[in-house]
Amino acid sequence: MLALFALHAVVAAFLPWLAARAPRAAWYVAALPPLAAVGWAGWHTSAVLDGRTLNETLSWAPALNLTIELRLDPLSLLMVYVVSGVGALVLLYCARYLPGAGREAALLLLFAGVMFGLVTADQLIALYVFWELTSVISFLLISGRSEGSDHRRAAEQALLTTAAGGLAMLFGFILLGAEAGTYRVSELVADPPSGGLTWLAATLILLGAFAKSAQIPFSAWLPAAMVAPTPVSAYLHAAAMVKAGVYLVARLTPALEGVGPWRPAVLAVGLTTMVVAAWRALRQNDLKLLIAYGTVSELGMLIALLGAGTRTSALAGEEMLLAHAAFKSSLFLTVGVVEKTTGTRDLTRLSGVGRRLPLLAVAATVSAASMAGLPPLVGYLGKEAAFDGLWHAPFAGGVWAVAGMALGSLLTVAYSARFVWGAFARKPGIPETEPGPAALGLLWPICLLAAAAPVLGVWYAGTARLVEPYADTPGLMVGEGHAYAVKLWHGVTAPLVLSVTMIVLGLVLHQARLPVERVRRRMPRLPDSQRGYDLTVHGVDHAATWLTRHTQVGSLPFYLTVLLVTVVAVPGGTLLSHPPDWPEVVGWHSLMELPLGVVVLSALGGLVVARHRLTAVLLVGAVGYGVAGLFLVQGAPDLALTQFLVETLTLVIFVLVLRRLPSNFTPERPSSRGRLLRAGVALAAGGCVAYFAVSATAAGNSLELSETIVERAPETGAYNAVNALLVDFRALDTLGEISVLLVTAIGAGSLLGYRSSRRQWPTGPRDGSRAARAFRGIHWDVPREPWLPEADELPRRDRSLLLEVVVRALFPAVLVLSVYLLFAGHYRPGGGFAGGLVAGQAFTLRYLVGRRAEAAFPLPITPRAVAGGGLALAALVALAPLAFGRPPLYSASFELAIPLLGDLKVVTNVFFDLGVYLLVLGVCLKLLFALAQARDAGDTLVPYHERPRGVRG
Amino acid sequence: MTTLDLVMALVVGGLFAAGFYLLLDRSLMRVLLGVIVLGHAANLLLLLTGGPPGMPPVVAEGDDTERYADPLPQAMALTAIVITFGITTLLLALVHRAWQLDGHDEVRDDVEDRRIGTVEDREESGPPLPTDRDHEPGGGSGR
Repeated sequence: MLALFALHAVVAAFLPWLAARAPRAAWYVAALPPLAAVGWAGWHTSAVLDGRTLNETLSWAPALNLTIELRLDPLSLLMVYVVSGVGALVLLYCARYLPGAGREAALLLLFAGVMFGLVTADQLIALYVFWELTSVISFLLISGRSEGSDHRRAAEQALLTTAAGGLAMLFGFILLGAEAGTYRVSELVADPPSGGLTWLAATLILLGAFAKSAQIPFSAWLPAAMVAPTPVSAYLHAAAMVKAGVYLVARLTPALEGVGPWRPAVLAVGLTTMVVAAWRALRQNDLKLLIAYGTVSELGMLIALLGAGTRTSALAGEEMLLAHAAFKSSLFLTVGVVEKTTGTRDLTRLSGVGRRLPLLAVAATVSAASMAGLPPLVGYLGKEAAFDGLWHAPFAGGVWAVAGMALGSLLTVAYSARFVWGAFARKPGIPETEPGPAALGLLWPICLLAAAAPVLGVWYAGTARLVEPYADTPGLMVGEGHAYAVKLWHGVTAPLVLSVTMIVLGLVLHQARLPVERVRRRMPRLPDSQRGYDLTVHGVDHAATWLTRHTQVGSLPFYLTVLLVTVVAVPGGTLLSHPPDWPEVVGWHSLMELPLGVVVLSALGGLVVARHRLTAVLLVGAVGYGVAGLFLVQGAPDLALTQFLVETLTLVIFVLVLRRLPSNFTPERPSSRGRLLRAGVALAAGGCVAYFAVSATAAGNSLELSETIVERAPETGAYNAVNALLVDFRALDTLGEISVLLVTAIGAGSLLGYRSSRRQWPTGPRDGSRAARAFRGIHWDVPREPWLPEADELPRRDRSLLLEVVVRALFPAVLVLSVYLLFAGHYRPGGGFAGGLVAGQAFTLRYLVGRRAEAAFPLPITPRAVAGGGLALAALVALAPLAFGRPPLYSASFELAIPLLGDLKVVTNVFFDLGVYLLVLGVCLKLLFALAQARDAGDTLVPYHERPRGVRG
Repeated sequence: MTTLDLVMALVVGGLFAAGFYLLLDRSLMRVLLGVIVLGHAANLLLLLTGGPPGMPPVVAEGDDTERYADPLPQAMALTAIVITFGITTLLLALVHRAWQLDGHDEVRDDVEDRRIGTVEDREESGPPLPTDRDHEPGGGSGR
């Protein structure tokens, strides 16, 4: 089965290429895979009908329990004959009808393959995937390559309707699978679930089936889809795709026929569709639309018969399904020939075609007779069984079902007659049509399909053998103790009388078409499902625009306000409605919190009213230092240290950037009403978070994990648990974090105008320079090079002697401190982050002294090399254990015996921390250098709006 | 058992309120300050909900593990501090760039955003309306 499916796909992939070279041969090649499928089905027929089903499983993700299960049982066998048999004939017909259409050939063949998969799938999810694939291929085939907007609209409507139904169905499948504990269809049918949400699952699945099979009220897409080429209509929209819904109903009826709405919904919707669509078919003048409405009508009947859940109706449904596939596709293909030879399919312009194309007329008349249910054709077998099954129905409402069925078949006879009359008869008052010659290649597939009707009808024993195994499924009811036998003559029975009456009445109705038409014109118009679809789509569009217009105002503060109000309303409301058990309330854990809290809160108060940028930045710094103090009080010295360092560095960078910006905020202040609203929202949100903090504290937390971390920290070689977490337990987080840091630094660098050219990174003065020569060789304790050469280049009034001297003294000391912090991190507060930040600040000091000439850092390598090297080192340390067969980020420790110094214990995660240190240092250097560049660039950059127009591009 | 620290809850609430207030401003610089303050607030909240204060979690022999402060929220907050630093510098660079290019660092209403809601009217009235962008001084059109 899988191999056959793959064959369809592979051949389809080559068809466009082949069609460009051999226009007709491509279609013959395309027909091969479906023919192979028919041959394969024929090979297995007797075994499958004897109850030996064929199973195949492809386990494509066993770890996730995802498998594709395929199964060939009698119902699937029937469907394979329909989809592959009709498919092969339609493809052969196309060789004459659409030579060279590679895209259509590939899509039709792919469709045949997908349909083959759909009818053999034994697993709900796989079935759903095939189901939606047919919708997609149908969309592509209807829309064509570059057709007009009506094609696109029709394609869109078909896709929207069937895919929306498909989504409902998927939901139903999941409910059903969850209820039953299995997604395998065969297991579901063998042991059907009941109770719980099964009724909902059944309803949703029916929605999907109704949409796919164009049942009222979802029927509009099928007549609209008739803009597609005729073979596409014949195959997708008569024989195969629309049968998917029917097939699904047939497949699940044995399991779900007793579940809540199943039978009433199936009978009501199916029979209503049958009658209403047949009535519509009667007034069509376009032959193709006539049989399209006829298809909708027949699908309604099939849904009703196969969903009714009795053995006889199942027999009838299967026979009608076979019959319908054959006669409807042959009728569609007939319309194709008529249109091709005469140039029209309007029955008011056709006259006497039957005399010119006798073979076609005979074949089409046989098909139409099968559709009308005349003996001895297979359509007659089906209709007899249908009447019998509903007549003896073992459920309430059988009378209504018989009435609907009778009315429907009356109308069916009438529109069948209308088709034959419209296409082939001589009509008085219409000039004789002069059809061109019809190629034999177009006619023989039609004849073959039409011949199926008498063959299956006369050889009813063979038909019975094919359809009986499914009808005998245990889940289907056997009506009133009699087993219906499939044959042509049952004696004079009530169904026979009913059937003959309806045929006669139908022919009368056709003869009386002119008076009937006058009556119909005076009757009120029935609600149209096309109008319903249009209104729905328009309504959705309109609602979306309305919603967008009223919510999308383009103002960022507005959006944020909405978000914050939502935060307050939804999680905040939930919190308030479930008050926590109030914990024991203390004012403070440590008295130090009080002054720190006052500092933070008063700095915040100043910050929100500040109008001066520098003031605001200094106040935000104060807040940061205050928070760092609170960290210390909470017992987090590592946090406090890092916070202090970061705050300082941020402050410096802020001040350096702010020099370029206006001193006051723009806009200085919003309107007072806006301010009040903002303050209200902000206070509510702040209060909400504070309340959350209280609730979270009250909820307590399990300390088990944290205790384990503290206990096992020494194993990592780090006695500082926070450091152990960063470089060992959660080292992957740290790796991600330093990557983010590097990325932001690169981003900030480019935005500030940093141009990374080697030329712009001067190193310290070399021996040859004037400054160096001036110092050389005077005395051994006189420096060979000037300290801070950059400062010499500043104008004298800009230099600060005090700062220079202090920096000169501090720089090496600070660097040593940074290295100390790096290694002390394992035992005391510190670590790579703190060390790197301290080192960065040492360079910041020098930057401040050098100012305009700061670009002359006497560094042998560029900042990006430092930062990138740090990241590379950390990543290397993380990956190195793989080489030793260990998981990544594994850290090992070993002891080194160093002469004189004694034993030294080395843990590899120290090198990880060293990478972090280098990266942070590199990032700091990069930012400083970018700032210098920004200032230089800033002097030459003219703000955009001040530039002359021509330069703005 | 669990005890509630009133001062800390108040500080966290105040930090969040001030952060949100600044975030709602139209000046990019104030928005940036709001982001910084919100970063502080989130870190403190993380620490606060992580458990009561305790000794710094630096393990020494013979200590009782229950007396240490929880190291896990600390490690997370430490990561958050560094990330906030990175984001701050990036946003600051953006503010600088915005000022450099537009001559202001203001968050103005997005006209394009608002025009999406009128798409239906435009379809019904034929050709699209002229854009309003050209009238905005220094508006952020492509360059």
